[in-house]
Amino acid sequence: MTPKQLSTVIKTVNLGKIYQQGAVPVPAVRGVDLEIGAGEFVAVTGPSGSGKSTLVHMLGGLDKPSSGEIWLDGRRVDTLRESAWALLRRKKIGFVFQFFNLVANMTVADNVELPALLAGSSPKEARARREYLLDALGLTERSDAPPSQLSGGEQQRVALARALSNRPSLLLADEPTGNLDSRNTRDVLRLLGEVHRDGQTIVLVTHEARVASLADRVVSLLDGQVIDDGTIAVPRRRSRGGAGDVVELR
Amino acid sequence: MRLSLLALLAKEPAHGYELKQALELTFGDAYPSPNIGQIYVTLGRLEKDGLVRAVDVEQSNRPNKKVYYLTALGREKLEAWVDEPTEGPRVRDDFFMKLVLAPMTGIADRMALINRQRRHYLSLMRSLNELADGTDQANRVAHLLIEGAMLHLQADLDWLERCQEELP
Ligand SMILES: Nc1ncnc2c1ncn2[C@@H]1O[C@H](COP(=O)(O)OP(=O)(O)O)[C@@H](O)[C@H]1O
Ligand SMILES: [Mg+2]
Repeated sequence: MTPKQLSTVIKTVNLGKIYQQGAVPVPAVRGVDLEIGAGEFVAVTGPSGSGKSTLVHMLGGLDKPSSGEIWLDGRRVDTLRESAWALLRRKKIGFVFQFFNLVANMTVADNVELPALLAGSSPKEARARREYLLDALGLTERSDAPPSQLSGGEQQRVALARALSNRPSLLLADEPTGNLDSRNTRDVLRLLGEVHRDGQTIVLVTHEARVASLADRVVSLLDGQVIDDGTIAVPRRRSRGGAGDVVELR
Repeated sequence: MRLSLLALLAKEPAHGYELKQALELTFGDAYPSPNIGQIYVTLGRLEKDGLVRAVDVEQSNRPNKKVYYLTALGREKLEAWVDEPTEGPRVRDDFFMKLVLAPMTGIADRMALINRQRRHYLSLMRSLNELADGTDQANRVAHLLIEGAMLHLQADLDWLERCQEELP
């Protein structure tokens, strides 16, 4: 399948964001044209300050563009007011924030079930989905804990479970493996791979190449602009073992 | 490979094929397995240098096999190897030379060079991911080896990013 044959989930036209820092305008995102098809897994990479968070925040309606357009499922959305965005997010978008944003006075289980319930799932469905997601992320035992009792890495995984709870048409994730050790990263990557195989569209910000390399496509930002956008070649195996150029003992 | 063979022989005497198997078992698919010919050539050289010695062991119904064992000199050599610090990896200066010099000559655009190199590293990372997925979880040695390769690759990518930020 090439992206051309896929229906477009999200599209931006000449998208830009300028922050005002005192009297100084800071261009955080400049002239971004992106088109992401249903079921695509896109990684967004780039150095710190290159505009990755600003870009995905705009895609999720959490930050207003200064210029350009955003289209979601064929509908122009950058012009929507906040209440309409909130509704849209509830139905169509799952968001994993760089800094989690879990509801403090709810248990882990309730945090994860809430978006499914808000999107109209039955309590039974919401519960089954929650159990599946927490299990996949190794968090079943933490179900009844409040977020404040979790480590950073646990909170981050709960945030991912919550974002996937309402089966969104678009998953936006900002550094979802930033606080994880390698084993938890593996669980997160496995779950992302699983939902991706089930057709989940994913836009994931990361500076970790290990995570980026799992995507179908990598968009690289520098100074707020897209400097590269392409698919990652699946390497041809050299004989048994492959990767022999990287793993080399003498 | 000389020193890995000495190390294996320090554990117990072995013939060439056993050494090949021991390497494969220890490092898994992460290690490009040496062919048996390479191993015999190396053993021959080690023998010539007095670091190992071979004895012929008779086998019923089969030709004799050569079993190698470590000499005192071999053990000294091995201990010296273990005792000295190991050189750190060097930066990939070949790409850096291209990156600095090619634009000066007008042969290539720096941005295009960096983008191509990034994609190449990412595809290597992808093959390491696949290698990790296909490697038995119980083989910690192989997984650590792959993780080491991933961390080096991440450093290369971070450095690429620095080049992109700093070079005009
Ligand atoms: N709320 C804000 N106010 C002012 N400047 C901001 C704000 N958020 C981000 N920036 C600036 O915008 C640029 C891009 O930031 P960001 O999108 O967070 O980058 P990244 O996620 O790639 O690290 C940076 O220069 C940052 O300082
Ligand atoms: Mg960020």
